Amino acid sequence: MQVTVQEAPFDFGVEAQGFAARQSASGAVVTFTGIVRDVAGGLQAMEIEHYPGMTEAALTKIADEAVTRWSLEDALVIHRHGRLAPTEMIMMVATAARHRKDAFDAAEFLMDYLKSRAPFWKREVTGEGAAWVEQRDEDEAALTRW
Amino acid sequence: MDVLYFAWVRERIGIPRETVQTEAATVQDLVDELVAREDRYAAAFADISALRVAVDQELAEFDASLNGVREVAFFPPMTGG
Repeated sequence: MQVTVQEAPFDFGVEAQGFAARQSASGAVVTFTGIVRDVAGGLQAMEIEHYPGMTEAALTKIADEAVTRWSLEDALVIHRHGRLAPTEMIMMVATAARHRKDAFDAAEFLMDYLKSRAPFWKREVTGEGAAWVEQRDEDEAALTRW
Repeated sequence: MDVLYFAWVRERIGIPRETVQTEAATVQDLVDELVAREDRYAAAFADISALRVAVDQELAEFDASLNGVREVAFFPPMTGG
């Protein structure tokens, strides 16, 4: 299992290839990547603040639970912080399981939990100023299905 | 005890962290002490339902005990992913 919190960009191709190549018992690998998107137009940057120490602990706890619940062979979480431009990759998860349903479900679980239980805060910077992104009700509601 | 603030809570209070001498028994008692200090704390803690708290880097409730606790952090709901 790998949990990495970093400011620098990551190479999605290298990470996905490396993750898939190091599995020996899995028939399925699922990856998800989150990208900075300019929803309303005019987005200059996405600033991501986090809580060093707690961030790594919270992500590790969430990944541990995914591994246990879906009997994953492996899981990977990479999440960036700092100032990101539109189209940059913010984060990725990867899961490896014997069968694809477990790999998909575990990846969705990871995403749902790290959206609202890992200490990151997004701030959108536009020409008119900066605003903290508010948590959406559906993000909190998404946790109840697990 | 170290008290940390993140995102708009940090902006309203004006500092990212501070060391607080307190006898507060619970998180809520600590909030009450801070709010009584200065307006900027009152502004940050005006609506407690809009805030989350971590005690020694684990998510907690506002009635959590501070017995033996070294670090408390206040922040808005998280928006990762």
